[in-house]
Amino acid sequence: MADQAGAQNTAPSPRTAVVIGGNRIPFARSSGAYAYSSNKDMLIAALDGLVARFGLQGERIGEVAAGAVLKHSRDFNLTREAVLGSALSPETPAYDLQQACATGLETVVGLSNKIKLGQIESGIAGGVDSASDAPIVVSEGLRRVLLDLSRARTTQQKIKALSALRPKDLSPNAPTTGEPRTGLSMGEHQALTTAAWDISREAQDELAYRSHRNLAAAYERGFFSDLMTPYRGLTRDANLRADTSLEKLATLKPVFGKGLDTPATMTAGNSTPLTDGAALVLLGSEEYATANNLPMLANIVDAEAAAVDFVHGEEGLLMGGVHAVPRLLERNGLTFDDFDFFEIHEAFAATVLSALAAWEDPDYCKRVLGLDGALGSIDRSKLNVNGSSLAAGHPFAATGGRIVASLAKTLSEQGGRGLISICAAGGQGVVAILEARN
Amino acid sequence: MADNYLDLVNTPLPGRIAKALGLPRPSVLRRYTPGEALAPMPVLVTGSGAGADALAELLLGWDIEVRRHVLPGEKLSAAVVVLDQAASPMDLAAPMLELGQAVKLLVPGGRVVGIFRSPAETADPAEAAARQGVDGALRSVAHELRGGATANGIVLRGTATTTDPTTLGALRFFLSGRSAYVDGQFLDVAPAPADSVTELAAATTAEGEGVPDQPLAGRTAVVTGAARGIGAKIAEVLARDGARVVAVDVPAAGEQLAQVANRVGGTALQVDITAPEAATRILEHVGQRYGVLDIVVHNAGITRDKLLANMDAARWDSVIAVNIASQLRMNEQILASPVFSATGRIISLASTSGIAGNRGQSNYAASKAGVIGMVRAQGAAFDGSARTINAVAPGFIETDMTAKIPPLRRQVARRLSSLQQGGLPVDVAETIAFLASDAAAGINGQVVRVCGQNLVGA
Repeated sequence: MADQAGAQNTAPSPRTAVVIGGNRIPFARSSGAYAYSSNKDMLIAALDGLVARFGLQGERIGEVAAGAVLKHSRDFNLTREAVLGSALSPETPAYDLQQACATGLETVVGLSNKIKLGQIESGIAGGVDSASDAPIVVSEGLRRVLLDLSRARTTQQKIKALSALRPKDLSPNAPTTGEPRTGLSMGEHQALTTAAWDISREAQDELAYRSHRNLAAAYERGFFSDLMTPYRGLTRDANLRADTSLEKLATLKPVFGKGLDTPATMTAGNSTPLTDGAALVLLGSEEYATANNLPMLANIVDAEAAAVDFVHGEEGLLMGGVHAVPRLLERNGLTFDDFDFFEIHEAFAATVLSALAAWEDPDYCKRVLGLDGALGSIDRSKLNVNGSSLAAGHPFAATGGRIVASLAKTLSEQGGRGLISICAAGGQGVVAILEARN
Repeated sequence: MADNYLDLVNTPLPGRIAKALGLPRPSVLRRYTPGEALAPMPVLVTGSGAGADALAELLLGWDIEVRRHVLPGEKLSAAVVVLDQAASPMDLAAPMLELGQAVKLLVPGGRVVGIFRSPAETADPAEAAARQGVDGALRSVAHELRGGATANGIVLRGTATTTDPTTLGALRFFLSGRSAYVDGQFLDVAPAPADSVTELAAATTAEGEGVPDQPLAGRTAVVTGAARGIGAKIAEVLARDGARVVAVDVPAAGEQLAQVANRVGGTALQVDITAPEAATRILEHVGQRYGVLDIVVHNAGITRDKLLANMDAARWDSVIAVNIASQLRMNEQILASPVFSATGRIISLASTSGIAGNRGQSNYAASKAGVIGMVRAQGAAFDGSARTINAVAPGFIETDMTAKIPPLRRQVARRLSSLQQGGLPVDVAETIAFLASDAAAGINGQVVRVCGQNLVGA
């Protein structure tokens, strides 16, 4: 597939961008330990933990990029405000970015590109989300009345504006994970894809079980001791069930896809819960890391974004990454065999399994992805080796930072190459390649 | 945690009532601030002989007004009694009686420092009796002093003289507010090895202004158990003195640890010191970030109190594992590493419980007495090198831990010391910062109590 992006692959990067390290706070279940923490509180906590780990107090970082999916209107400058509340130099610039669940990874892509271009030497990228401290907005009717009222000059105009108010306008709107164009929740969208790919309940439970087991094992060997800083009394991801079993997972009742003709298979156990948390990674040029005696865990090689037409039913909502991966591999002249680790975000167990099935299906790969045949299979022993969102939880914009930091550390310990794929609302997906330095 | 009684008796009326009733009247201690005046009032140097004369001469060069005899009515910041030539108990009378006149004239927060030779280093019974006699006399003076004044001793070892840089380093510590809660203590001081003397000269023999405000500038220090209490204060004081601090604590304490690291401009390293790879991780971190490890403060410690009759293996084992076994294992790896400086310093937290024992603390006392044993043996192994290892044994210190003692027992414990109050975490930290500095190059293998001359274990 010689698309436009492919034409650029011969140009070598002017510089290398490296992952120096990361920090996140443990992820809490919604309305749990962080019920009263705002996005700003959590982002500052994650920033301060990162500053403490690397001794960045008072330092002017090239740029900080982060975002939140569930965001209050007052947080229009969330990241910059968090920088001002942190131990970093107040002269550190920052910007907010939002690309649904791909927010965190996209900030890493953006800042690493700036580093490669020589525009900045260091950067902090990531995101935060609170499902507990979610914004609740006034109804559209009340909002219009209030705006008209503010424009009204005469008493008569004010009375007229107020008279448009209806009792139903007084109930507030809470945020939902529903897609604006279809009205379906993310889970119901995935249920359609799950059914289309005939993903079994057992396979989903097995993936969830492995996620918990891998994450628990990572904690046991101290993997997170330099990737995490406790917050508000939480020292581990609250969603982790180290003692879960396939039997326990099998007892859970399905929650999505109950209206379909096919059996409903998606449960609270094989879907991610609403979660609160924040995660960041410290990026830099090789020169920056060397000059400051900082570690270099992995290189950020390349990244690709894709979007699919889920509105007209052509493709599943969470299949964006499935489309982005072959384009990224093509541009870099790589196949699945060239990778040692795969980090596929577990929005739902079925999301991962649908992607794997799609890449193994020659007909789909030819027809939809425009390939000559099946893209290939992924060795399950290389998949989400330290657990992923099903076990850790998924504070939307924080997931990218969690995955990049964990993968970079794994690569620094074991060598090799890693592929990240994160699906996002709106039919989008962002994927990236990280490489060990040795 | 606040000592309300101390605050109360330092106000006019309650102070008079306490005096009339003969109640303890603890004073607010004179504590160190950078740039402090060592002795704003004159300092008496009493004693005869070349050592006393040389010291008096040298102190003149320190911005200090020196007196060789008490002038009636003239207030004194400190009295230094030099008895390095005492050969018989009879030699003590004149200088001690002169000191008796001087203590009446000491300002609040005044200092008495005795300088004498080690009784262990003479075979002559009369000379040993004289030297040991000074020890007893000074301890008694410490008990008698009021107004936040302290009395301590410098014990000259080997060829050390009254004006060696190492002797002056100890003298400066005792005169300074850094030693506010150190009382009735004796520091054995040896001449420093040649390779550390050059830096020492700059640090201790110049005039007052020649003493650096940041004696630890350019040094890298690791502090374990740095997230809270005394450990957090040690990190702050070492950073104030110029050191780059690596704050270490268990991952579960990471939130507070990060706050400490950010406050002192250091780095936070989440490591469980009982893990076999703890020292490796610390050495890797320091090696990569700073190249050299100069100072190690083994502060992390836990208590799991129970009468021995009710003690279980979990309580005993965890206290031994954290408080002493981890230090032994880490020291072995640190000493084997090229990252640890040739002039490196190790300072380990002991406890007065490890000296005197404490009901319900057989496990804790075993671990803390173990620290003392370890420091003495390792100190002997360091002899002749420029490295030192010492222990600091805190007495009753106002911390979250001692705040849990029932109120009445807590009040009694505070008043049991000569200074009639508990110490503060900063008092422990100041002593550690001193032992980490060049000024302490002649002090090795020793246990310094920071206890206000607590009766327990005295």
